[in-house]
Amino acid sequence: MLKLDGVDTYYGPIHILQKLELEVGSGELVCLLGGNASGKSTTLKTVLGIVKPRSGSVEFDGEDVTGRPTSYRIGKGMAIVPENRRLFAPMSVRENLEMGAYLHGGGTKEDWDRVYTLFPLLHERRAQLAGTLSGGEQQMVAMGRALMSRPKLLLMDEPSMGLAPILVEKNFEIIQQVHESGVAILVVEQNANVSLAIADRGYVLQTGRVVLSGPAAELLRHEDLRKAYLGR
Amino acid sequence: MADTSPPTPEPPAAATAQIGVDSWVSEEDQRREGRKWLGRTWERLPPAGKLALLTPAIAVPFLPLSEANIYNYGLFILIYALLALGLNVVVGFAGLLDLGYVAFFGFGAYIYAFLSGTHHEKGHVYTHHWAAQWSILTAVVMCAVIGLFLGSSSRRLLGDYLAIVTLFFGQAFVVFTNSADPYGITNGSNGLGNIDPLRFFAFGASFTVSSTRGYYWFLFGCVIVVLIVLHLLSESRTGRAWKASREDPLAAEMMGMPVNRLKIMAFSFGAAIAGLAGSVFAAAQTGAFPQNFGTQVLILIYAVVILGGTGSLTGMLAGATAIIVSFQVLDSTSPPNNARTLFYLSLVVGVVVIFKKSRAQMAVAVASTVALGFALHAIVHEVWPRGTSGQVTSGGYLTGAIKHWVLLPTNPNRLAVYGYLALIVLVITIVQLKGWWRVAVVPPTIVLTAFVWENLLIQQPAVTRYVLFGVLLIALMATRPQGLFGTAKVEIA
Repeated sequence: MLKLDGVDTYYGPIHILQKLELEVGSGELVCLLGGNASGKSTTLKTVLGIVKPRSGSVEFDGEDVTGRPTSYRIGKGMAIVPENRRLFAPMSVRENLEMGAYLHGGGTKEDWDRVYTLFPLLHERRAQLAGTLSGGEQQMVAMGRALMSRPKLLLMDEPSMGLAPILVEKNFEIIQQVHESGVAILVVEQNANVSLAIADRGYVLQTGRVVLSGPAAELLRHEDLRKAYLGR
Repeated sequence: MADTSPPTPEPPAAATAQIGVDSWVSEEDQRREGRKWLGRTWERLPPAGKLALLTPAIAVPFLPLSEANIYNYGLFILIYALLALGLNVVVGFAGLLDLGYVAFFGFGAYIYAFLSGTHHEKGHVYTHHWAAQWSILTAVVMCAVIGLFLGSSSRRLLGDYLAIVTLFFGQAFVVFTNSADPYGITNGSNGLGNIDPLRFFAFGASFTVSSTRGYYWFLFGCVIVVLIVLHLLSESRTGRAWKASREDPLAAEMMGMPVNRLKIMAFSFGAAIAGLAGSVFAAAQTGAFPQNFGTQVLILIYAVVILGGTGSLTGMLAGATAIIVSFQVLDSTSPPNNARTLFYLSLVVGVVVIFKKSRAQMAVAVASTVALGFALHAIVHEVWPRGTSGQVTSGGYLTGAIKHWVLLPTNPNRLAVYGYLALIVLVITIVQLKGWWRVAVVPPTIVLTAFVWENLLIQQPAVTRYVLFGVLLIALMATRPQGLFGTAKVEIA
């Protein structure tokens, strides 16, 4: 589904991603772990095409999309739940969802039904301005907005950031639900415990390099990872 | 006891604590209900109902108004409404600060003028007498294309940089029309005069608009059409995408929206509307001159957009009416009594706004203002007779009251200037004061304002209007930053 091959990304003279190799199989849930400034968000930006790699290639759904603009990749089946959600605050919930399906003419009835079934609360709140929602509700809108475009690959940037522990758990339940419907997911997280619990595989990034990778269950048991992220 | 008490009603679902449900947010609707009904009714009114509020404008040509008044008020209000509607697409919908907007107004006017008349300049003779529908269409399309080019050249430039580049473009237009014209196309500072009225030819028949009332109808039609188009556009997916990319360009990009293309499109769309306004303006004025498209006009258009509330279509009409009426009334050629009426009216409005929270304070302030004026007049009349022996400028229905309430020295010049300076100090002081302290300072301020107005400013109302706009916009910023009809900003929690 997604394959990063020897990707080098720079911000000006600063080398952020160094020969990054990463793969997400079809229908797989992969999580990308790492501390601050390890290059997690840059990886997502490179996948989306907001940042262009200096060398290496990004392959999506059997096609090399390295030189393609973001809108092309979204149209081909990527979708993102951005860090801090980034909703369009002065627009209603409904309008926010519609913007998610911008490239699909605003979404078919099935798209709306799918999202409203997954998040009944959003249907209730559809006329409310997104900026007036609580954090948990905003997270739902951000998820729904991403799902409106019928993605094959869902990218999630720190979905548990700024949420109460009970909402984090609920959030990951929804992620798993979406995953079970056949969507491949790449989750970027600092919260290793929760994300590895539902992931198939995981990668650990450190200063732009993959230092550890493997099945989620193995990573959970791994001595170094436990020391670095789980604190026990 | 327990039997007599009424049964406790089931608590509504939203009121109980739920995971993922914020009680403050879920009660938002009830809180809104409590707000003023006028605003709520307005929000609920369907678009057709809002359009119906334009019906008084239909009556204007039938009123016994002079040609000059229809031209100065009716036509100008409609032209500025069109211009503001166009700028609203760029600034309000797409959030681009375009300071070269007035150049598109100029391009529209010059293109129409060039295509609809005979011009002899610098040894060149240009004779075009195109049918009005084609010259207007050409002006609109060319403005859209120029907007497209300017938009694409500055697509990487955001915020302040875009403002500077477009400001340069606007200035370049004025310089170009004034001097840099080797082929005599724009005829330098003399401009293009003597151009055809709106003359439409179609299917062998011709139809000419040449009277002021005719232009009024034509412009009114243009405003209605543009309003409907913009309303449909703002309710479309493109309109919402503009809004989204204005609020968060990166998030919009991540949803797959072509943010740059959307911006350029808005830019070009606004330019086309300005071109339409320009071409009709040139026809109505039978000419296009460089001074019609200066920075002053740009400031007026922005004042309309800001006063009306960026993003609101109704606001543009209300803003254009308010700004143009006060601008024209305070013109040096307008009778001073109109300016006087406007001045005292805005004083009254100002007092109402300052004391809107306490009727008692307002009553005391008004009573003591009236008393202070008469008392001061009586005292000065006894002590220094020359201090009240001046004449009321240009008379009118308020003469009697002014003569006994405002000090009118025989030779007021120097006193009035000092008064003006003192007035600035007092106004700044009022802003800092609260409660009864404010009540104490307002009456002398009003008396002083009337003094300065009657002795100094009424002779130069054209200067006063910019002071008035400045005060108006500052007051607006303090009380209603979103403009008259704009929606308040929602910050993301």
